[in-house]
Amino acid sequence: MSAVAETIETVSAVTEGGYKWGFETEIETELAPKGLSEETIRLISARKNEPEWLLAWRLKAFAAWQSMTEPGWARVKHPTIDYQAIHYYAAPKKPAPRNLSEVDPELLRTYEKLGIPLSEQAALAGVEGSRVAVDAVFDSVSVATTFRETLARAGVIFCPISEAVREHPELVRRYLGSVVPTGDNFFAALNSAVFTDGSFVFVPKGVRCPMELSTYFRINARSTGQFERTLIIAEDGAYVSYLEGCTAPMRDENQLHAAVVELVALNEAEIKYSTVQNWYPGDAEGRGGIYNFVTKRGACRGRKSKISWTQVETGSAITWKYPSCILQGAESVGAFYSVALTNNFQQADTGTKMLHLGPDTKSTIVSKGISAGHSNNTYRGLVRIMPRAARARNFTQCDSLLIGDRCGAHTVPYIESRNPTARLEHEATTSKIAEDQLFYCRSRGLSEEDSVNLIVNGFCREVLKELPMEFAVEAQKLLALSLEGSVG
Amino acid sequence: MALLEIRGLAAEVEGKPILRGVDLSLPEGEVHAIMGPNGSGKSTLAYVLAGREGYSVNAGSVRFDGEDLLAMDPEARAAVGLFLAFQYPVELPGVGNANFLRTALNAVRRARAEPEIDAMKFLKEARAALKRLSMSEEMLKRNVNVGFSGGEKKRNEIFQMALLRPRLAILDETDSGLDIDALKIVANGVNALRGEKFSALVITHYQRLLDHIVPDKVHVLSEGRIVRSGGPELALSLEESGYAGLVAEAAA
Repeated sequence: MSAVAETIETVSAVTEGGYKWGFETEIETELAPKGLSEETIRLISARKNEPEWLLAWRLKAFAAWQSMTEPGWARVKHPTIDYQAIHYYAAPKKPAPRNLSEVDPELLRTYEKLGIPLSEQAALAGVEGSRVAVDAVFDSVSVATTFRETLARAGVIFCPISEAVREHPELVRRYLGSVVPTGDNFFAALNSAVFTDGSFVFVPKGVRCPMELSTYFRINARSTGQFERTLIIAEDGAYVSYLEGCTAPMRDENQLHAAVVELVALNEAEIKYSTVQNWYPGDAEGRGGIYNFVTKRGACRGRKSKISWTQVETGSAITWKYPSCILQGAESVGAFYSVALTNNFQQADTGTKMLHLGPDTKSTIVSKGISAGHSNNTYRGLVRIMPRAARARNFTQCDSLLIGDRCGAHTVPYIESRNPTARLEHEATTSKIAEDQLFYCRSRGLSEEDSVNLIVNGFCREVLKELPMEFAVEAQKLLALSLEGSVG
Repeated sequence: MALLEIRGLAAEVEGKPILRGVDLSLPEGEVHAIMGPNGSGKSTLAYVLAGREGYSVNAGSVRFDGEDLLAMDPEARAAVGLFLAFQYPVELPGVGNANFLRTALNAVRRARAEPEIDAMKFLKEARAALKRLSMSEEMLKRNVNVGFSGGEKKRNEIFQMALLRPRLAILDETDSGLDIDALKIVANGVNALRGEKFSALVITHYQRLLDHIVPDKVHVLSEGRIVRSGGPELALSLEESGYAGLVAEAAA
């Protein structure tokens, strides 16, 4: 079956609204009292049995956060967030499972409904024979991590970060906050103070991770924020491909998601980080939806190291994220491939930062923004060439596609070069889905909706092909679903 | 009853009347040519029949196999078997030709309550059609019309037609800009489909295509009306005397 035919089926399978992940799981939850104070942080730290150094680290971040103000430079609008009206910790009440067989069946059913198999026998939905290790994070805690033994045999550590703090404190202590310092920005400081769980990946020297790693984030509880922290380290010559997915129930309220992701690539290591972001976007009138305020940064510390960010952003009421690369090692390579789709009243202000520090560093930016409905979509990207980055090169391509005449697309590139031998290229286009393209497709028998999907998928091809194959099909379906109701 | 029955069709584009009462009857299995000077309304007629937005019909009717064609969406017209070979085929960046064609083919098949065609069978049919049309298989891998030469675009239209097997094909100046070899390929593509169940309206400015696709009838369109109809010999006489005489005659 072709992707488009599949898309149609998926679309028709969805009866109420476009968001099929909007259900809520009935599960007993332990909630920290609303509000943020030293006490909340001490409570989170105690719940996680954390060592003293980490509590101190959190409190330092909290102190920094208190002196900061929310950034206002992004092209997004929202009512003031009351940080005292949020629960900073929510966890299923049952004791933490020691292995997969102990996981609460209600949680297993939730992930099954989401198409995320937590049984190691089950293949990922729709993809036969594929093996993907999954860490499932539910509200504030990781509830299951699959294939850990297989990975351990290869020397790869893949576990909840709260566990890594206990089991591998030396690694966590060395790298945590080394790419995104506690006081980096308002949301990163907030995350550092209150982060609850997330994934930890360590791929030792010379190891090629034998399977795709994936974390699936789910916000379930009401009035809670999700603050996960992910740390991925690839030692010399190591390789890992990691994918994160995320969904949340449909609610009238806005919920805050402020994650931090740090990547470290040493000599000749490669990290491929892919995101399919599908947080609840709010309804057609713009009520509800997740505020996705995320800091993601990778450090190419080693010579010839490589970090690539691939993102498909279709969810969230507001997306504020700029996955970045610090190209420190000589000849290191950074890449950013992005599809950001906004519909109805969604707002996205997203892009990347490529900081060229080392000589002969190279970066590629391909950004595809699609705006429909009343939405606003901004690409904001910085390419900075530092004095030592001789012969650095960057290629940037930003394409925007408008569907309808009530949406907006904006491109804000910042380019700073302090080395005369650097070579920078920037291309930008903005187009509307042309009437002649639509008519051409329809005259061949495609419905208007299928025609738009086909054209949009074509527009995103360069980015979608960067996704691991298992997820490319999912991403295509998601684009089609997110566009529902944008034509006609 | 003819397959296509056009009666008193009047249409305008951006408030400007282009068609001023076209009458035309195309029996099933026949190929008719529509000739006429620039600006006579040939392409407008093609677009109105295919259902393009922005072409408003003010009067008249079009019946396709007895059904009201003008009431249908463009995709519904494709589903009942109408195919327009575009004068200027449109580029679809990032959309593979094979994927596009199979998606179209299956959309049409679903609309006709026929089973969908799987990837293997589709590839087999597509390769066979390409071979018949002396086209390279490379065509399947490329993005729809992106980076195609003018001739390749026209041949791609004929390739699509060969796979979609319409009951009525409208060829809108498919011959324009083609060299003689490409012209023959296009003509062969049309001739290969000719039979009881295939009809075509061949819109052209020049006689030369009609040397290769011999029409059952020729109509001359001028200032939005059919001013003369006849056999293939009418095209030949036009080639000698030009449109001027006919147009003056019609005006008189």
